[in-house]
Amino acid sequence: MIQVEHLTKLYGPKTAIADVSFSVEKGEVLAFLGPNGAGKTTTMRILTASLPATSGSAKIAGYDCFDQPKEVKRLIGYLPEVPPLYTEMTVTEYLTFVGRIKGIEPERLPVALDQVIERMSLGEVRGRLIANLSRGFKQRVGLAQALIHDPPVLILDEPTVGLDPKQIIEIRQLIRELAGARTIILSTHILPEATAVAKRVVIINDGRIVAEDTQEQLSARLRRSEKVSLTLKHPPLDVQDHLLALPGVLSVRQEGHTFLVEAELGRDLREDLGRTAVQKDWGLLELKLVAMTLEDVFLRLTQHEEGVEAQP
Amino acid sequence: MSPVGAIVRKELHTYFVSPVAYVVAFVFLLLTGLLSFLAIATTSNRSMQLLRAQGDLPNLNLNEFVFRPVFYNMAVVLLLVVPILTMRLLAEEKKLKTMELLVTSPVTITDIVVGKFVAALTVLAGMLALSAVAPVALAPFAEFRWPPILTGYLGVLLMGGLFLSAGLLGSSLTENQIIAVILSFGALLLFWLFGWAGQVFDGTALGKVLSYLSPLDHFEQLVKGLVETKDLVYFIAGIIFTLFLTHRVIESQRWR
Repeated sequence: MIQVEHLTKLYGPKTAIADVSFSVEKGEVLAFLGPNGAGKTTTMRILTASLPATSGSAKIAGYDCFDQPKEVKRLIGYLPEVPPLYTEMTVTEYLTFVGRIKGIEPERLPVALDQVIERMSLGEVRGRLIANLSRGFKQRVGLAQALIHDPPVLILDEPTVGLDPKQIIEIRQLIRELAGARTIILSTHILPEATAVAKRVVIINDGRIVAEDTQEQLSARLRRSEKVSLTLKHPPLDVQDHLLALPGVLSVRQEGHTFLVEAELGRDLREDLGRTAVQKDWGLLELKLVAMTLEDVFLRLTQHEEGVEAQP
Repeated sequence: MSPVGAIVRKELHTYFVSPVAYVVAFVFLLLTGLLSFLAIATTSNRSMQLLRAQGDLPNLNLNEFVFRPVFYNMAVVLLLVVPILTMRLLAEEKKLKTMELLVTSPVTITDIVVGKFVAALTVLAGMLALSAVAPVALAPFAEFRWPPILTGYLGVLLMGGLFLSAGLLGSSLTENQIIAVILSFGALLLFWLFGWAGQVFDGTALGKVLSYLSPLDHFEQLVKGLVETKDLVYFIAGIIFTLFLTHRVIESQRWR
């Protein structure tokens, strides 16, 4: 459905993205993961046929984003990072206007409008001015805008940024519901978000794709150790030696009274650590598994560790 | 609905939901109404003086003594209010990031520019139509010829259209509406002054070019009741060229 080949975009001398290639099958959800400024938005804007690339090609359903912008624009729904809302309009007025410029025929427009309002649960606010809506509702109006013409491809730029946790869960749920019939690309800088909604993840850093795989394989490949954080009230001076003596422990890093204990893959140290700490009366305050953060992923990926850079 | 139609409707809606169109129309109509009144009162006083001096009622040409100055003054008022009418059109789309909605929808930049221009022109035409209350009210009490009034209105509409296109260009250059107003206003005054500069360099090639570039001479012809192709071409080509520049500005902003 979406083919991107060797896409490069320069802003003056600055490289926004370099040699980006990936493809998305029909019905697939792809997450674009990377820190701010990595080139996610640039790639997405090229896909919306609103930003010309410096070189390379991007195709949606066989239509070239540069040569056939009108066809491409008909096929996509795009939610930019800042939802493009006319705040002095009501929700209904705004969506009616969007429906018109998306080329929905006048006789079909009322139906399309009701459907999208229903789907996004905007019924209670349809007559209100967008300026007076909460951030969560504004985001839903933004999504409704991308969906009103029932496009087969959805491009969502950071769809949950700035929302509270409850709204984030709602929006993710909506995205999961939209998947299936539609091909969806979404960008995020939050790792759990990518894993929550997408099967496949493309990780981009400094304008280059550093990894691309399904979420399970990516984290399996990247997770080469288990980490546990241990906080003690009164650790003895030789605590590091005691910890390293435990079976399976690879390394211990100390930050004040907190110790980051790394073990070989597949070994949960929490039980052993807890028992030892209590038996030796170190004053156990906290014991938790450390999930891999995006920072870890990036450190891994940018340090060219084995098994990661092998990815084409 | 065509994309242009959708954009025209949206812009008209925005004009009349916000107070901008009402305030601009109010100021324009107040000033032109006052100007018409002053022109009529002055002419009336003069004819009374002539009546006293000559003993019989002089037949003053109302077209020349009332309507011609009113049209000139109307153009000056438009110079002041048109940039206010256009300042929002493109600057705000950029500020609110709604331009992104437009450029990712199946509408062309031409659709956007033409749609916004037509909406502003509609508001302008509405204002001018309302100002026509002055000649209509005067008609039962005085004798004058309608054709020069109609060509005068054509001149004001074309002149206003040219101002609108310049205002749209100003609005395309910035996100800031104040800067858009100042740019458009400055450009309009500059072209206005070309007419004066043309007189300063009268007789030289430069003088001819400057006079031609200024809308004043072309406007004068229409206000006098002379409809000539060259003047119509000046205004229409000027509008199309300025809208084309606006198109290029938006297009170039896509690349950044």
